[in-house]
Amino acid sequence: MQRRHFLHTALHTGAAAALGLPGVQLHAATGPATGAPRFLMVFLRGGMDAASLLPPVSSSFYYEVRPDIAIAKPDADLTSALPLTADWGLHPALRDTLYPLYQQGELAFVPYSGTDNLSRSHFETQDSIELGQQNHSSTAYGSGFLNRLAKQLQGRPAVTSPAPMAFTDQLPIALQGELRVPNTSLRNLTKPSVDTRQSRIIAAMYQGTALEGTVQSGFAVREQVMREMSAEMDAASRGAITAKGFELEARRIARLMREQYALGFVDVGGWDTHVAQGGATGYLASRLDELGQGLAAFSQEMGSAWRNTVVVVMSEFGRTFRQNGNRGTDHGHGSVMWVLGRAVRGKQVVGEQVQMTAATLFQNRDYAVLNEYRSVLGGIFKRQWGLSDSQLSTVFPGFKGARDWGLV
Amino acid sequence: MRSDTRLLRFAPLWGLCVALLSLSGCAPLPSGGVADGPAPTAQARYEWLNRITWGANTATARVVEQQGSARWLQQQLQPQGASLPESAQATVSAMTISQTGLTDLVHTMEKQRKDADALRDDVAKKAAQQAYQQELNRLAREAATRHVLRALYSPAQVQEQMTWFWLNHFNVHLSKHNLRAMLGDYEDSALRPHALGRFRDLLGAVSYHPAMLRYLDNDQNAAGRINENFARELMELHTLGVDAGYTQKDVQELARVLTGLGVNMNSGNPNLRKELNLFYVRKGIFEFNPQRHDTGPKALLGQAITGEGLAEIEQALDLLARHPATARFVSRKLATFWLSDTPPQALVDRMAATWRATDGQIARVLETLFTAPEFTNARPTKFKDPMRYVLSSVRLAYDDKAVLNVGPVLNWINRMGQPLYGRQTPDGYPLVASAWDSAGQLTTRFEIAKAIGSGSAGLFKSDGPQSTEKAAFPQLANALYYQAIQSGLSSATRAALDQANSPQEWNTFLLAAPESMRR
Repeated sequence: MQRRHFLHTALHTGAAAALGLPGVQLHAATGPATGAPRFLMVFLRGGMDAASLLPPVSSSFYYEVRPDIAIAKPDADLTSALPLTADWGLHPALRDTLYPLYQQGELAFVPYSGTDNLSRSHFETQDSIELGQQNHSSTAYGSGFLNRLAKQLQGRPAVTSPAPMAFTDQLPIALQGELRVPNTSLRNLTKPSVDTRQSRIIAAMYQGTALEGTVQSGFAVREQVMREMSAEMDAASRGAITAKGFELEARRIARLMREQYALGFVDVGGWDTHVAQGGATGYLASRLDELGQGLAAFSQEMGSAWRNTVVVVMSEFGRTFRQNGNRGTDHGHGSVMWVLGRAVRGKQVVGEQVQMTAATLFQNRDYAVLNEYRSVLGGIFKRQWGLSDSQLSTVFPGFKGARDWGLV
Repeated sequence: MRSDTRLLRFAPLWGLCVALLSLSGCAPLPSGGVADGPAPTAQARYEWLNRITWGANTATARVVEQQGSARWLQQQLQPQGASLPESAQATVSAMTISQTGLTDLVHTMEKQRKDADALRDDVAKKAAQQAYQQELNRLAREAATRHVLRALYSPAQVQEQMTWFWLNHFNVHLSKHNLRAMLGDYEDSALRPHALGRFRDLLGAVSYHPAMLRYLDNDQNAAGRINENFARELMELHTLGVDAGYTQKDVQELARVLTGLGVNMNSGNPNLRKELNLFYVRKGIFEFNPQRHDTGPKALLGQAITGEGLAEIEQALDLLARHPATARFVSRKLATFWLSDTPPQALVDRMAATWRATDGQIARVLETLFTAPEFTNARPTKFKDPMRYVLSSVRLAYDDKAVLNVGPVLNWINRMGQPLYGRQTPDGYPLVASAWDSAGQLTTRFEIAKAIGSGSAGLFKSDGPQSTEKAAFPQLANALYYQAIQSGLSSATRAALDQANSPQEWNTFLLAAPESMRR
């Protein structure tokens, strides 16, 4: 974390004062301005089944090869798909959470998206996406695309230079790199065992060392998160917050992104549905419901900052188009990206597409990738921050030109 | 005259030491006596020992004292019959991975997987598949537990660190396929026996191990269906280094050389054309299948590959292991691991020269490093990675009193993002400070410092339904501290220690101090 960001944090939380840090002057500094762009990447680890999220309802082939798990065409039945376009429906588990956002024009989908990595290996594909570098060339491990993005955006005025944060236990590859990025998982917060007095004494030991600022910002971030937590507990005691699981986490992320961090990353697991994945109801439907609750909660909790926020949800790959012998699906290729935010030009399903038939299957197996994820993200970053092509080629090395789908 | 000055300098310390502790506990750390020993102060000897072991402690210091540092170092470089404390050894001996060989283990797990897949009932199938995954997890946990017990308590400290170093250099990741069933064997048969031996032998053992072949997809690499993954990493990460000047064509040629090298989980051999039988090699689940091998002419790094069958691969490994770029690349990485994020070039050059002169005898290369003035006179500036931070803290806190449960140790390493076998990318965990000294990482370290400093943290809690926890309390304010650690602390750290309200808090502050983050 930059010293400047620490100062912002310190001002907001009074952490510096609490720590009694003599060298820290509290200048008039704030977190990102309300109008400053914010970006959150939600990474669905495990390979989410795109054809269940976004059933291709005009494809008779879809209903033919998924006899047990297809989502019915839109009709009055509550278990049928929600109508998006003539070709696409939406999983009914998202009826009360994300479908309203779609109808308000705050949610769009990019099917046939993904990476050209063909390993169909979770970890290799996840890594290659997070690294955001060209496949089949020498890889700079430990340099993720969100870190390179944050680096590109450094040096802008303090209120628009986005402070990055990983809302994860370990710094994800996407945010590893040259820039120092803090990470804190908001999933299972526990009260720190090192108390305020001990923190002050420990911080004092680092005075004058190279890690002085890092230790101070570490305590300050922790203090801030704990402050948010106690607000949450106050609200809970009045019965206001009943959130659990990802919804609770998403609300916490929103509060931090509203106040401090304009570039975030979080991952959600549990999408590897080889067996009994279910259709309109069942295992995958429950996961989608939980995710939808979280994303809707995030949009509410962001308040006025939602106006300038873009959330991209993606998975490393989609799954086989045909169901397998276990009423599940295996590792596939093309997937779908979700793009949310008030600034998003939603209520559309964009990108290159083909009619879904046996003939258009990739390797007679999967959705093809017609919209490379870097091209889609590049188009969004261009709109959000006005990045030039040469800046984009630093964020995504070896990559030529973003395809601007006018999503933002 | 010099020794008088030294005595004067240490006189107050000695007084304190004698007053607080037994005289034997305060005996000076061993004098090096020879050119390859550390500089002759207690603090310098402690720092040297802290750099050569997973973490200095009283018991190791005593052994070095008895043997003399030169002889002790030679034993470290040629370890023989290193044994664990009885309780730790009993834990290791009782493990499935100690009692079942790789082939049997993999076959057993494969049968369990197939049986689960064959179930018709969805609910029963899901339960069986979960049981299969849990068993794989248990096997990986055994390997990690064994690794930590050895790291903490094996007298062969250099060998244990080199086992970790090579595990990281030749990284594999536990979540791929059934790799969790292979980890124990990978470490114990491919890495640890060669950890201080000849690099070429190590490279061969790794390159033929099913864990590596599977992790880097060489089990998918066949004539006409080339998979370059292993070939690329073999040159880029395992031997030459990325800037060594090899080309994409070399990667493709090496991939062709490596075709047919793979894993066969079936019990029977494949049906081969008669003339190929001669070249077929099978050892357990390792297989070289000549029918999958590209037999065309190949050239690697400007040299024709002339062998037949597996001999081609041997020739390629010879070429890579003995390449001067490999000597430079691995020597630099060794110096980075042991000494500094930016090791002195002259030292790396001398290590590489030893490498070439000894055909890559790793122990000799390390001897060049350990006895170099750049090493013996270095200040403790190397930032500890999570593994070392946890191990050195536990070694210092509990000395040779073996913990009953390494669960907390594994959890701490996980929390700090460096779980054993948990690095997904083939490059292994970074060896430099920038990967590990982030804000979140440091606050986590302080929490861990408190957990270790305040009590037993579950380290002395036995497993099982009627688990009992033995009361244990770390004694960090011991002879080693007063004799060798205290004098190296900054005034800020000492001032913090003075503010401690209890021995537990004193321990916490010491383990959280900047000096405890470096070696």
